[in-house]
Amino acid sequence: MADRGDAPVCRPADVDRTTIYEKSRPGRRAYTLPELGVPEVPAAELVPESLRRSAPARLPEISEIDLLRHFTGLSTLNYGVDSGSYPLGSCTMKYNPRVNEVAARLDGFAGLHPYQPESLAQGALELLYELERWFAEISGLHFTTLQPAAGAHGELTGLLIIRAAHLAEGRDPKRIIIPDTAHGTNPASVVMAGFVPAPVRSDARGGVDLDHLREVIAGGDIAGLMLTNPNTLGLFDEHIVEIATLVHEAGGLLYYDGANANAVLGISRPGDMGFDIVHFNTHKTFSTPHGGGGPGAGPIVVRDSLAPFLPVPLVEKGEDGRFFFQYDRPQSIGKVRTFYGNFGVLVRTWTYIRSLGAEGLREVSEMAVLNANYVMEGLRGLLDLPYGQRRCMHEFVGSATPLKQDGVRALDVAKRLLDYGVHPPTTYFPLIVDEALMVEPTETESKDALDRLVEAFRSVAREARDDPQLLHDAPVTLPVRRLDEAQAARRPIVKQQFPEDAEGGA
Amino acid sequence: MTPTRYVPHSAADVEEMLAAVRASSVDDLFAEIPEEVRRREPLALPAGLSEAEVIAEARRLAGKDTPATQLVSFLGAGVYDHYVPAVVDAVVSRGEFLTAYTPYQPERSQGMLQTIFEFQTAICELTGMDVSNASMYDGGTALAEASFLAGVQTHRGEVVLSAGVHPEYRQVLATESAGYGPRPQTVGLLAGAATDLDALAAAVGEDTAAVVVQQPNFFGALEDVPAVAELAHAAGALLVVVADPVSLGLLEAPGRLGADIVVGEAQALGNAMDFGGPGLGYMAVTTKLMRRIPGRLVGETVDLEGRRGFVLTLQTREQHIRREKATSNICSNHALNALATLVYLSWLGKEGLPELGLHCARKAAYLRGRLLALPGVTPFTEGPVFREFAVRLPRPAAVVVDALVPEGFLAGVPAGRFAGQYAGLLPAEGGDVASAALDDVLLVAVTEKRTRAELDAFADALGRALASDEVDRG
Repeated sequence: MADRGDAPVCRPADVDRTTIYEKSRPGRRAYTLPELGVPEVPAAELVPESLRRSAPARLPEISEIDLLRHFTGLSTLNYGVDSGSYPLGSCTMKYNPRVNEVAARLDGFAGLHPYQPESLAQGALELLYELERWFAEISGLHFTTLQPAAGAHGELTGLLIIRAAHLAEGRDPKRIIIPDTAHGTNPASVVMAGFVPAPVRSDARGGVDLDHLREVIAGGDIAGLMLTNPNTLGLFDEHIVEIATLVHEAGGLLYYDGANANAVLGISRPGDMGFDIVHFNTHKTFSTPHGGGGPGAGPIVVRDSLAPFLPVPLVEKGEDGRFFFQYDRPQSIGKVRTFYGNFGVLVRTWTYIRSLGAEGLREVSEMAVLNANYVMEGLRGLLDLPYGQRRCMHEFVGSATPLKQDGVRALDVAKRLLDYGVHPPTTYFPLIVDEALMVEPTETESKDALDRLVEAFRSVAREARDDPQLLHDAPVTLPVRRLDEAQAARRPIVKQQFPEDAEGGA
Repeated sequence: MTPTRYVPHSAADVEEMLAAVRASSVDDLFAEIPEEVRRREPLALPAGLSEAEVIAEARRLAGKDTPATQLVSFLGAGVYDHYVPAVVDAVVSRGEFLTAYTPYQPERSQGMLQTIFEFQTAICELTGMDVSNASMYDGGTALAEASFLAGVQTHRGEVVLSAGVHPEYRQVLATESAGYGPRPQTVGLLAGAATDLDALAAAVGEDTAAVVVQQPNFFGALEDVPAVAELAHAAGALLVVVADPVSLGLLEAPGRLGADIVVGEAQALGNAMDFGGPGLGYMAVTTKLMRRIPGRLVGETVDLEGRRGFVLTLQTREQHIRREKATSNICSNHALNALATLVYLSWLGKEGLPELGLHCARKAAYLRGRLLALPGVTPFTEGPVFREFAVRLPRPAAVVVDALVPEGFLAGVPAGRFAGQYAGLLPAEGGDVASAALDDVLLVAVTEKRTRAELDAFADALGRALASDEVDRG
């Protein structure tokens, strides 16, 4: 056994893991209600018995202070960008400015009802109007819908527009080309839009294999191509213009998955690359918080020829200077969600773009790329860098295969990094890299934080060589050690088991 | 160059880092981008602002609005102005929740995972279902996903919806079903605004994957869910109920009435109205459908040493594992809104939710009585209601709404704006085509925030407005 030196080994005291339902005690309460002031009509007179609640929902009975302590306690078991570095590849875990939160909570925004008269929501409409135009400028395309709720939802919306555009020309092609490096949402969205994914391989330099692309296109029936550029290997596709030409010549449309747009703001615009439709993930590129899984927003921007198919409504400005929702769009695909999109998220996005301006946005991408290259350089020799001969953009993919000889896998590296107080990179993605570790530091990490990140990797790599068991055992400093995911799936317990319920899972 | 906004580097840091990566300049980092797609001129965007300036600009825009919260509002139709207690924002503002990603590293994400587990429990308790996912985007997309699920489960090609389902939900379903999933077909309402069950029975057949009703429906009418369940199941179809979760303190859990899938919008439980988003879509299913539910699902397990813990589970349903064979493309969801709803439901508790429901129902019943006593005002929704109902006015509802704004009231949602989704789906009235008839219909919602004095003042103001010549027809 090697000397473990100052490696993290301490284990925290057991923390309270009771659920809020287990903390419930009859008769306790937090809620208050306003005065009723109208006749106390019995429930029996308001709702017929056949539709009246027979047994109450077993919500917790808990005091306000205990409620707050329960959730505060749980928050301490969690980790966000506010806690420390979060180099999760393809997720762009940058700082979420607090001023965005203040703006979104202004009553003039948060207190708006979607069906209140437009004359009483002119400020909100103006904000949406500006944002639609800013996204057009940033993307190099022309018309924006802010409605999609997330990136995957933007993909679905864009694909439905591709479908509608082909049908309008009397065609109904079925195949959408997707590189083997694509995010999982791409093929899933393709299916939900009624298309069939046509996979295309990557070449030795990590870009789309042009020969294979030609082969796939020769198979015919091409509706379009979805591409992330830079792609999920963090590489800018050098052949993008040729790819666009090939797909367009085959009658296809090009969809830009904006998950990696943080690399190219003001530096290279998807519209200029030849794309016809773009989505942005505001919760990645434009600093809106991920909230432990959402909400995000996935606005899409299209070339002017595709504008008639955008969902309703769009925001327009009348000759009298008043803003209004335009529903009169006969070729529109319809509505992809209720109301006008995730407005509260869009207010945060607006605040971010307004704060940074053109120059600030370009700096975002410049520093994101500098930071990624800096970390990649620091990890040279520790990890295999399959595309390390190239300049990475905002992220890069390393491989833990050199550690395999010690029986260590990417998963073990990730789990041990947790013990060093940083969030690990994305693991096992993209699929074409063995033992992948996908690192995206983002522009908001300081040089010191990046140095610590590299140092943590260095320590873990040393441990992998000297004492691999440390990695297999990791994490050891967190409230729980490795969790039994197989058991969770074999016998799913997906809600509270109340003592009075019969035994068994869900 | 010295980066200034949200980038921590000093100019010296940048120089040092450029040297470390052997780049002669920042520009050099982008040398692999072909020159023909490099942009050299700045984006045409407004110049950046200091924090003080940007918040002033946001306030200027927000100040142009008169939000519903600053008026006496009776707006509903899917988004409701219930009071949100202070503890909700205290919890969702915690950076550990607010700025976390989806809990892919469970050992470092136990807080979020446990709250999702607790949220799933709350939704199952409300709906009477076995399994809830971690959230959907909104009520409309949740309905579309329910339809897709029913199609896959039953291998059938149609879904039959009541016109009582929110018209925007039906629009979303129709749009997202353009190339995939069961084809939607809609059946109409009877006088009084409940679903025409005979028409529903006639529409359901051997290719029906699911029957969808909303409870209470769009106009506030209570549907005979047990009868719809029987009809659906007799045909081998699933029953999908779109349920207003606030009503479930007072109304029976759809799971106990035969629902196979329950979906809906839970904005009203602890979330701001936010001009309609982000709200909170939810979906709950029976155990039988668990392995087909879309989205994230959290399960309880133990760690190596037997300690309790929570993980994302049954992930082989999901896009990041199964790609084109996934049950849905959903990745980001509305986790933070789900957390807000969990905190709110915990604040209300077992006693509070039924009391809130009864409170709203009593105030709604009182106002309904006052409005129907006004000359020329007649019921559109008949029978019992929860906190929302529709009345027919002797004037166009949109005109009446505008007329009452200066008096400080948002009278309700004019149903005429949804006329396009009701063509041929409402009973003809005195030779009128049904869609035109909606112009006089006003949808009125009453939450606990409305006081007796406000209800009385509103009824009086509406009476005056209807009697006035200024609010003339057309």
